[in-house]
Amino acid sequence: MDYYDFFTGLFTDYTTQVIGLGTAFLGLMSGVLGVFAVLRKQSLLGDAVAHASLPGIAMAFILSGTKNTLLIFGGAALAGWLATFWISSIVKNTRIKSDAALAIVLAVFFGFGLVLLTFIQRMENANQAGLETYLFGQAATLLRQDVISMGAIAAFAIIVILLLWKELKLITFDPQFARSLGFSQRWMDMVVNTLIVLSIVIGLQTVGVILMSALLIAPAAAARQWTNRMSGMIVLSGIFGILSGVVGTGISSVGNNLSTGPVIVLVSVMIVVISFVFAPGRGLMALAWQKNKNRKSLALNTLLQGMYDTCRSHQNIKHEHSLAIIKTLPGYNRKTLKALRHEGLVSITKENEWCLTDLGISKAGEAIKSGRMI
Amino acid sequence: MSTPQIEIQWIAALVAVSCAIPGVFLVLRKMAMVSDAISHAILPGIVVGFLVAGSLNSPLLIILAAATGLFTVVLVELISKTRLVKEDAAIGLVFPALFSIGVILISRNVANVHIDTDAVLMGEIAFAPFDRLVVWGYDIGPQNAWVMQAILLLNILFVFLFFKELKLSTFDSGLAASLGFAPVAINYALMSLVSVTTVGAFDAVGAILVVALMIVPAATAYLLTDNLKTMLFIAVAIGIVSAIAGYWLARFIDASISGSMATMCGFLFFVVFIFAPQRGLLSILRRTSRQKLEFAQMTLAIHIFNHSGENDNLEERRKSHLNKHLSWDKKFSEAIVQQSLNKGLIKLDGELISLTEKGQSFVVAAQRLISSKNHPEFSSLRKEFIIFSE
Repeated sequence: MDYYDFFTGLFTDYTTQVIGLGTAFLGLMSGVLGVFAVLRKQSLLGDAVAHASLPGIAMAFILSGTKNTLLIFGGAALAGWLATFWISSIVKNTRIKSDAALAIVLAVFFGFGLVLLTFIQRMENANQAGLETYLFGQAATLLRQDVISMGAIAAFAIIVILLLWKELKLITFDPQFARSLGFSQRWMDMVVNTLIVLSIVIGLQTVGVILMSALLIAPAAAARQWTNRMSGMIVLSGIFGILSGVVGTGISSVGNNLSTGPVIVLVSVMIVVISFVFAPGRGLMALAWQKNKNRKSLALNTLLQGMYDTCRSHQNIKHEHSLAIIKTLPGYNRKTLKALRHEGLVSITKENEWCLTDLGISKAGEAIKSGRMI
Repeated sequence: MSTPQIEIQWIAALVAVSCAIPGVFLVLRKMAMVSDAISHAILPGIVVGFLVAGSLNSPLLIILAAATGLFTVVLVELISKTRLVKEDAAIGLVFPALFSIGVILISRNVANVHIDTDAVLMGEIAFAPFDRLVVWGYDIGPQNAWVMQAILLLNILFVFLFFKELKLSTFDSGLAASLGFAPVAINYALMSLVSVTTVGAFDAVGAILVVALMIVPAATAYLLTDNLKTMLFIAVAIGIVSAIAGYWLARFIDASISGSMATMCGFLFFVVFIFAPQRGLLSILRRTSRQKLEFAQMTLAIHIFNHSGENDNLEERRKSHLNKHLSWDKKFSEAIVQQSLNKGLIKLDGELISLTEKGQSFVVAAQRLISSKNHPEFSSLRKEFIIFSE
């Protein structure tokens, strides 16, 4: 399969459509819910929950003996939810801080999951082949019923978000105010944590437990750079998520036998890098440009004011100075002087001497009086 | 026990101890998730190092991979410095990206890298005894054991030599800086140590379970002591116990050794989390319920005191009135009245409650305490009036 096959397959081939749709649901869901995780500074909670869902997956298989998607989702969600519960219990009741609580729960649950997984490998059950795909994800294993389950969960989560939109916005940006209005902290945490757990669960089969958290964080972190509005951020993050999911799956199905998870994650991180660099307003390039502009305008001001001060010490405010004298003024460099001339604030005489123009005098006077830049 | 069995347990214990030592400082510095980041992010370093050096135990690979770990820390700091995203999101972006690169490198089988993803996740401690270190024709033990012994020695030396600096920069980095202890340098030294230890442990227990061995014993010890040295020793002991017990659990149920080690760490943590004296869940619950009762008795005494004037309505002092006035339910009022009676703070005249002399001096002392807000004195109050014995 090459890229052309995959992307035309999205419109023609049934299997590709199923897989494409599944990864799109997954990207949408993690993009949308990641916004809450990132804005609430809970990015790493997703990491802990994702790792922690492994024993749930294995347990569901051991108890049921089948690889029923809904059962596996249920086991994963239960384990993930237990993990969030234990993390908050550790943080609330002991002096262990949240970072260590996350690390403890993540590593211990995952270790226990690996114990169960190796235990399953030694069980005499032919069905077990394929639980490993939950580690790094394999989009090719997505079946029609998996995608239906994923779609149902995504729809449920998005309906919950729409219904609780105002409340979620409030508890995301001003939890103290929310508490003062009578929302209980426990209730707020539970709603958001449950949503995060659901978005993790939905990605297990495609992205895997180890890397799922990145797909939660990356689209939201990228979207944050482009907008300051939460609604805009959610839409954009959803789009980035879908893009990462579908493009990543495409690339991995072309390079045969590549686990989907790492590819999807790298695609989503590329989107983040692009956003970091190019986003208007916040991006690194915009910042560098702004900084450069500020520096230039500061130099212009300093030089203009320096010339103004020097001229004022003479009888004639339009007193002309040679370049040698101007060179000693603070903020002087050739470009700055040129720029001042270009703006019509200074002019050069026939004797190669510089003086302020009328405009320059009034601007410099104003700037000094008001303390503002020109 | 056969020799390989002993050797596996020896390596497991070495790994656990080497991890527990820097882990203590990570937990105290609130940097536990950094170990998670490093342990994932060293993977591409290990793959590339493997290509260059050809063995998982070569010093070159350890240095290369440890450099990747340090690079991760620096990258996270650089990204959070741009303030485009918060630090937690920066961590959560950097290490999955690096880990993904590592996994892709492995699964593309670049130049026949002989590590598979199973080894990445669980390590290969069961096979560690097969890689022998032969010096001048003598077999002196498994390679990985020697690597871990060297790393453990490095860890012990570092903590021993820089104990004062580590302690000060951990608990008060501002003071450390002003006294010229270079907390930044100490921080990077510690991060290098974490990276080196992680790489060394990678061969035995894989990328993710290193986190369990670093953070869980340290956090467990944190619940048991206030003393840094004691904490180090407890963490080391817990590490060793989990390593050995984990090995036998794995043998018993025929499952992953490293996974069982992490599970044992978690089990020990859970036991301490529930039962630890003072900081365990049970003693916290007991303490809160005791404080609730103490506070209720104080409230009752003050309430009665406030309504003991000549002209006061006797209704206020009736037992049945408590639920209206203090919004206590009947059972709770009954219990509190009974307890105060037992302590001799109040006396009952039918339904009517009045303070004893002891009760009155209790109220005076309590009010003085409340208005002075001097909390340490509360324990003396408790002793004097034995509200509720400890």
